[in-house]
Amino acid sequence: MALSLRESAHLVSDPRNLDASVEEVFHLMLGADCRREALPAAIEAETVTAVVGFGGVLSGACVFRTGGSAAMKVATRMTGMEFAEVDDTVEDGIGEICNMLAGAWKGKVPNLAANCGLSVPTVITGRDYRIHVQAPEFQLRHFYRFEDACFEVTIVCDSMQ
Amino acid sequence: MSEIRTLIVDDSSVMRKIIERALRQAGLDPLVVHEAGSGTEGLEVLKAQHVDLILSDINMPLMDGLEFLRQIRTQNLAPGVPVVMITTESSEEHVRQAILAGAQGYIRKPFTSEQVKERVMPLLNAA
Repeated sequence: MALSLRESAHLVSDPRNLDASVEEVFHLMLGADCRREALPAAIEAETVTAVVGFGGVLSGACVFRTGGSAAMKVATRMTGMEFAEVDDTVEDGIGEICNMLAGAWKGKVPNLAANCGLSVPTVITGRDYRIHVQAPEFQLRHFYRFEDACFEVTIVCDSMQ
Repeated sequence: MSEIRTLIVDDSSVMRKIIERALRQAGLDPLVVHEAGSGTEGLEVLKAQHVDLILSDINMPLMDGLEFLRQIRTQNLAPGVPVVMITTESSEEHVRQAILAGAQGYIRKPFTSEQVKERVMPLLNAA
C-alpha cells in the first residue's frame, strides 16, 4: 500500500526536482540547455500558456508560460519547422512540453509517479490575461532561459493526501 | 531492409512527427508511417492497413492507449505485431498495466532516438 504523500512532502516541494525536469525535457527534446533566471523576463503581450492537471494523491497543475516568439522557437526546435505565427502546431508543441515537464516532475517522487495522474494539456493563447490560483498548499514558480527565449514553469499543489 | 510500416498513435501531431523522426534516426528506413490522433482512429487504421510496428501514447482523449491496446488484442487486429508505448507515465504500475494489456516495449517521454532504437529494433528483429 502506498504511503501518504505527506510523508514525502519534502521531496515533492524540492525546487531542484523542477529544475532537473526542465533540464531533462529541454535537453532531450530540443537539444537546448536551459539556464535558470532569478527574475522573470519582460513578457511579450501575446503569451502562450499550457496547463496539465495533476489528480490522485496530489491535486494541482503544471503551468508552462512563454511569449509568442519564444513559443515558436520551442516549436521550431521540436519539429524542425519554421513558424510565422502561433498556430495549432505551436500550441500543440507547447502543450506537449508541459505534458513532459509534468510527467518528468512527478516521476522524481516514486509515490507521486505511481499514484498521480495527468490530464491532457490545455493551451491558452492571447493577450493581457492573468492566471489566478486560489491559495495553493505550495507553489514553485521558476524562470528559465535558453538562448534568447524565456519561459516560466509553475507547479501548483492545491492539496496532498 | 524491407519497408517498415508503422502506426503512430498520439493526440499530439508534433509528438507524432518527433517519433517518426526518431524512428528514421534509429535507422528504420524505408519507413511508411500511418498516424492516428486517438485509440479510436488507431483501430480504424488497423482495420484498413497492415503494419509491422505500433507505437502508442497512453494519455489520450476518446480512447486511451491501454484501451486501444486491449481492443487490438480483443479484435485480433494486429496479431504478432509488436506494440511499444511511448508516454510521460513512467511508474512501475503503468509499465505493468501496459505489459498486461499486451505491450512489448515501453519508452518514457522525453526520449532520445538511441532509446527508441534500443527498444524497437530487437522487437522488429524478433517479429
